[in-house]
Amino acid sequence: MSVLIFIDQADGHVKKSSLEVLTYGAKLASQLGVAAEGIVLGTVSDDIAALGKYGVSKIHHVSNNLLDHVDAQVYAKVIAEAANASGASIIIFSHNQTGKAVAARVAARLKAGLVAGACALPDTTNGFVVKKTVFSGKAFANVSINAPIKVISLNPNSYTTIAGEGTATINALHIAVDTPKVKVTAVNKVTGEIPLTEADIVVSGGRGLKGPENWGILLDLAKELGAATACSRPVGDAHWRPHHEHVGQTGVQIAPNLYIAIGISGAIQHLAGVNRSKVIVVINKDPEAPFFKAADYGIVGDAFEVVPQLTAEIKKLKAAN
Amino acid sequence: MKILVCVSKTPDTTSKIAFTDGGTKFDEAGVQWIINPYDEWYSLVRAIELKEKDASVSITLVNVGGADAEPIIRKALALGGDEAIRINTDSSDPYYIAAQIAAVAKAGSYDLIFTGKETIDYNGSSIGGIIAELIDVPYISLATKFELIGTTATVTREIEGGEEVAEVALPLVVSCQKGVAEQRIPNMRGIMAARTKPLKVNEPEAIEALTNIVSFELPPAKAGVKLVAPDNVAELVRLLHEEAKAI
Ligand SMILES: Cc1cc2nc3c(=O)[nH]c(=O)nc-3n(C[C@H](O)[C@H](O)[C@H](O)COP(=O)(O)OP(=O)(O)OC[C@H]3O[C@@H](n4cnc5c(N)ncnc54)[C@H](O)[C@@H]3O)c2cc1C
Ligand SMILES: Nc1ncnc2c1ncn2[C@@H]1O[C@H](COP(=O)(O)O)[C@@H](O)[C@H]1O
Repeated sequence: MSVLIFIDQADGHVKKSSLEVLTYGAKLASQLGVAAEGIVLGTVSDDIAALGKYGVSKIHHVSNNLLDHVDAQVYAKVIAEAANASGASIIIFSHNQTGKAVAARVAARLKAGLVAGACALPDTTNGFVVKKTVFSGKAFANVSINAPIKVISLNPNSYTTIAGEGTATINALHIAVDTPKVKVTAVNKVTGEIPLTEADIVVSGGRGLKGPENWGILLDLAKELGAATACSRPVGDAHWRPHHEHVGQTGVQIAPNLYIAIGISGAIQHLAGVNRSKVIVVINKDPEAPFFKAADYGIVGDAFEVVPQLTAEIKKLKAAN
Repeated sequence: MKILVCVSKTPDTTSKIAFTDGGTKFDEAGVQWIINPYDEWYSLVRAIELKEKDASVSITLVNVGGADAEPIIRKALALGGDEAIRINTDSSDPYYIAAQIAAVAKAGSYDLIFTGKETIDYNGSSIGGIIAELIDVPYISLATKFELIGTTATVTREIEGGEEVAEVALPLVVSCQKGVAEQRIPNMRGIMAARTKPLKVNEPEAIEALTNIVSFELPPAKAGVKLVAPDNVAELVRLLHEEAKAI
């Protein structure tokens, strides 16, 4: 019995969410007194042995270039076979885009009980109960997995990465890889920007900013903070900002350390996408804006006056530190 | 061409989320039920558009749920679609739900199966992947565009930090989100027609549920907002740095 942790990579680089699942999986393995092992697929350029510092003793690597794009069907077969070969009974994914495509297929293949969107370590004192977010972050469910094989996908940004000491041994795993039926013809990465779901800080704007021509103050603030940018749904719908920036119940769900909402009223559907943020700051000229009820810090004021000052103050803080 | 569209029933997005029976049951008092927005706005509408372009397309809606799901199934039929199948059982286990749908999919040999990106109550984003595995066809998750030429689909899907365009031959399972189509409102003709469209009720297959919900919890209440005066932005930065340690 062991815990197998799927290490997600893109263009050869291990994703930040993978460090979270490594930490989480290793912690779970030590809680159960079993080994934690990783698995990485495709061509990698990062030093994967160094990932041992997150608590895994061994990392299986299937270095076939047919795995350089994620095809859920092909990935699931390889991961399920690796799980069988290594005697893993618990398989951990990040609940990121890759995990959403692959974890469910792996679970079905192994007839494993699946908890998708976990947010805490399982309680293994009496059975195997995993806490997950439900109702778009408005509540949690404690889900009991009753099957011998278990698959968990962990919400990004919900478990703190801890790096210790150690190097993992790399086990080159030879598994036959099917040719993907899905042919990738183009990859369009938004360059120069921090992916929204990976960002520590997100600066977000709503209809209160009046029009796309006013986004400069928000972009300046984001740049100063090294933050990703987001927006409310009407802003995305009106094409003031690209559609992939829209957060909320029907958009991207995020859980950064800091979420700064500027000129956003805080409708319940918006909150559903951001309420897992650790710290929420609201800047809105209406003291009655519902967002203040969900906020940790707030300024009742005009964004056009407050935001440039905020950028200037952060610049000062950075200069002083 | 046969399309199967999965529709699930969810509480309206503005519903108050509360639990009864010692945190084991969702409090349905005053809750208005809707078609899961991703199913209604994107996957169903895209299927209808495909049918509008090609009259030989038939659309079957499938729901795993009790009789109380019928109003939302009728609403989905009012938007479009030819017939519906309700599998008469309630479960929170994704494997159980997906295996029921997979059984329908196998029996009807559908060319294309659409799901929404996720349900806004359970948030698993997993039903489509399980169905695809159980019927052994490719799965495209989080699609933002879907085009079909003959039996080849060109799909754009969300990946971390961008999107990917891919080609794949049917049969296929696709989970749909914003971008795939534009929300529509049912018209009177559709509502009238929906009344007489076939809604078949199947009893569930004997399938084992692999998980169950033990209890629910609400997040701890926020301590309350700390307001800073608009002419004292420096104080906000100090709080974020020293107190919240967020910058
Ligand atoms: C089924 C459903 C799903 C939905 N999903 C989403 C979703 O995923 N994400 C989402 O965001 N919305 C979603 N919505 C829409 C949501 O209900 C709100 O309409 C939307 O979030 C409002 O956007 P907003 O806050 O930008 O605009 P508004 O509600 O118009 O708010 C603008 C705010 O800006 C403030 N303001 C104005 N001028 C200034 C100024 N100069 N300085 C500072 N503040 C100012 C105003 O006081 C106001 O509070 C959904 C709705 C439905 C029905
Ligand atoms: N009970 C159900 N009946 C029919 N379709 C469902 C059901 N539950 C989920 N689905 C479909 O699967 C998608 C993803 O659901 P989930 O995996 O629960 O997030 C939904 O958008 C629906 O299209």
